Amino acid sequence: MNYERVLTVAKTDLRQLIQARDFWIPMTILGSAFFVVVPTILFLTITTLGDVAAIEQVADTLEVLPADARRQIEGISPQGQTGYALAVFLFAPVAVIVPLTISTAVGASAIVGERERGTGEFLAHSPASAREIYLGKLLASMVPGYITVAVGFTAYSLIVNLLVGPNVGGWFFPTREWWIMILWVLPPFLALCLSLVLRLSARVSSTAAAQQASGLISLPLIMTAYSQATGFLVGGGIVPLFVGGVAWAVAIFSLGRGVRSVTRSRLLGVAGT
Amino acid sequence: MAHPHSSDLDRNVGPRLGAGPSAESPALDSRPFGPPTALDDRRGVADRAPIPPETTATEATAPVVAIDGVDKRFGEVNALDSLSLRVPHGQITVLLGPNGAGKTTAIRLITGALVPDNGSVEVFGKEPSSPDGESIRVRCGVVSAKPSLYDRLSGFDNLRYAAELYGLGRGPTVDERIVEAADQFGIAADLEQRVGGYSTGMKTRLALSRAVLHHPTLMLLDEPTSGLDPESAVAVLAMVRDMTAEGKTVLMCTHLLLEAERLADQIVVMDRGRDLLAGDPDTLATRFWPRPSVSITTADGNDLDQLARSAGVSDFQRSGQMASLQLDAAERIPALVAELVAAGADIKSVVPYQPSLEDLYFAVRRQYGGEVSDPSDYVAWRRRDPGPERISTP
Repeated sequence: MNYERVLTVAKTDLRQLIQARDFWIPMTILGSAFFVVVPTILFLTITTLGDVAAIEQVADTLEVLPADARRQIEGISPQGQTGYALAVFLFAPVAVIVPLTISTAVGASAIVGERERGTGEFLAHSPASAREIYLGKLLASMVPGYITVAVGFTAYSLIVNLLVGPNVGGWFFPTREWWIMILWVLPPFLALCLSLVLRLSARVSSTAAAQQASGLISLPLIMTAYSQATGFLVGGGIVPLFVGGVAWAVAIFSLGRGVRSVTRSRLLGVAGT
Repeated sequence: MAHPHSSDLDRNVGPRLGAGPSAESPALDSRPFGPPTALDDRRGVADRAPIPPETTATEATAPVVAIDGVDKRFGEVNALDSLSLRVPHGQITVLLGPNGAGKTTAIRLITGALVPDNGSVEVFGKEPSSPDGESIRVRCGVVSAKPSLYDRLSGFDNLRYAAELYGLGRGPTVDERIVEAADQFGIAADLEQRVGGYSTGMKTRLALSRAVLHHPTLMLLDEPTSGLDPESAVAVLAMVRDMTAEGKTVLMCTHLLLEAERLADQIVVMDRGRDLLAGDPDTLATRFWPRPSVSITTADGNDLDQLARSAGVSDFQRSGQMASLQLDAAERIPALVAELVAAGADIKSVVPYQPSLEDLYFAVRRQYGGEVSDPSDYVAWRRRDPGPERISTP
């Protein structure tokens, strides 16, 4: 395995992505909406409304949270409780959905795009092994998703701390569970999703077909991630570590299987392969 | 592996390609008739081509590519059917054939991009689809039928990508090499431009630059002049010619016969995945047309009939004012002309028949298509069916 080549494939794909405004402008809008616009409006509303009944009702519903989670918001105002709960628990799935969506869009065209543009022929004749090409493509698909998370997470943290922080006694975000989610849980979910999407991309006949089919594959994963994200943050303790561990195991297995899907004949797009 | 579908003609191909001129395979200057051509001059250059340092003495004598009895199917389509061919070192081998003949598939097998269903492929003595494939691919420069360039990247970035994949690394030295390669094909001034804005000719030039960037010893060119204007096509062919002068081996696919005629040291005629015939064009022409021919036209066609009984004339056919003669030697022509002059004939033209590659190609295709049982009957066939595209003028 030549890791220089893996990086070369990834860098070249990313360089092309940077040139593709028609891709990154919508994705930037998507990321901005989820990480910046919606949280800003929501937290501004909560923090400026005052002690209205609606907020108190939301604060009351927080009683259903597990003890660990409730301890985090004990002794603060209903505004602070609501803001804290929304910032820490409600928006957790966003951190999963946005990168998965972006990376899936990149990965779906990774192999079939080479074939459609005719550049698969160049790669098929090159000394790069199928495994190196696969890993390069995987990396190139993961990076945009993770860059979105890094930038979005930073922006979100600032917004949360600036708007909700004064109501809960200072800057509090990101919490320990969020760090675990971003650094431990999200990467395997991304890898797992992309391993499936790249397999599809190698097999289908057009990028459009790859996008549609990858939607079918990634949607259940996104739903799973969505449902689990809040749950393991609320649960705290060992839950995020466990979920991340399982995701890593499944992702590694799936990546191993996915390597076989990229072959030179598939890069060429010849029939009967 | 023996070629199960080989004909008598085919059976001589392997040794002839590998062994160079011999009694069975006359030297290149043994053209049946006609003056030495630019092709011959160029071959002289190719014969003297230096062996690049990375080429071992064994490799210089062994065929660079040896394909034996290879089958390749894509679903229901039989892309290759017991294909066998040899590509000798330091020469230009041209794969000739119509669309769907299997030329591109053959190139893909050589780099290991495709794996044969049956048969064997050896390149530089190794199997391309084995773990040795990488060491073969780094020695190959490929220009595919479509240039396979990244439109969103600049010309420079396209070449840099290739440089990194082929292990040249990065840095000022590599950058210089990129500019050098581009300069070789007259595209250096446009390297900063995005390839999406290139013309077809510029793309082909960039693809050629990319193919030679890592100094390959085997060039695989799949219709490199496809879509080019005549000036660019001529320039590209001249570049291909220069490559063999540098000691590279070239395997080129084309269906343009004129192009092949200008370049080929060896031709392989393919159809429906099979190699119909292979060898150097002159030897094949001699085999198809062992006796020289001449067409003579006089004002009164009856004057020509006396030539039927002249010494050295093995075949005589007249149609109106023109007679076609087969001779035992081209040197007979002046005597025949003198005979006509002595008889008072008003000679309008004397045209020795020099078969072109086009003639050869169609002869092969017709023979294997079952229209002509004996290749030498092609001359007779031409007389019966003298389509304007098949009339060869020396």
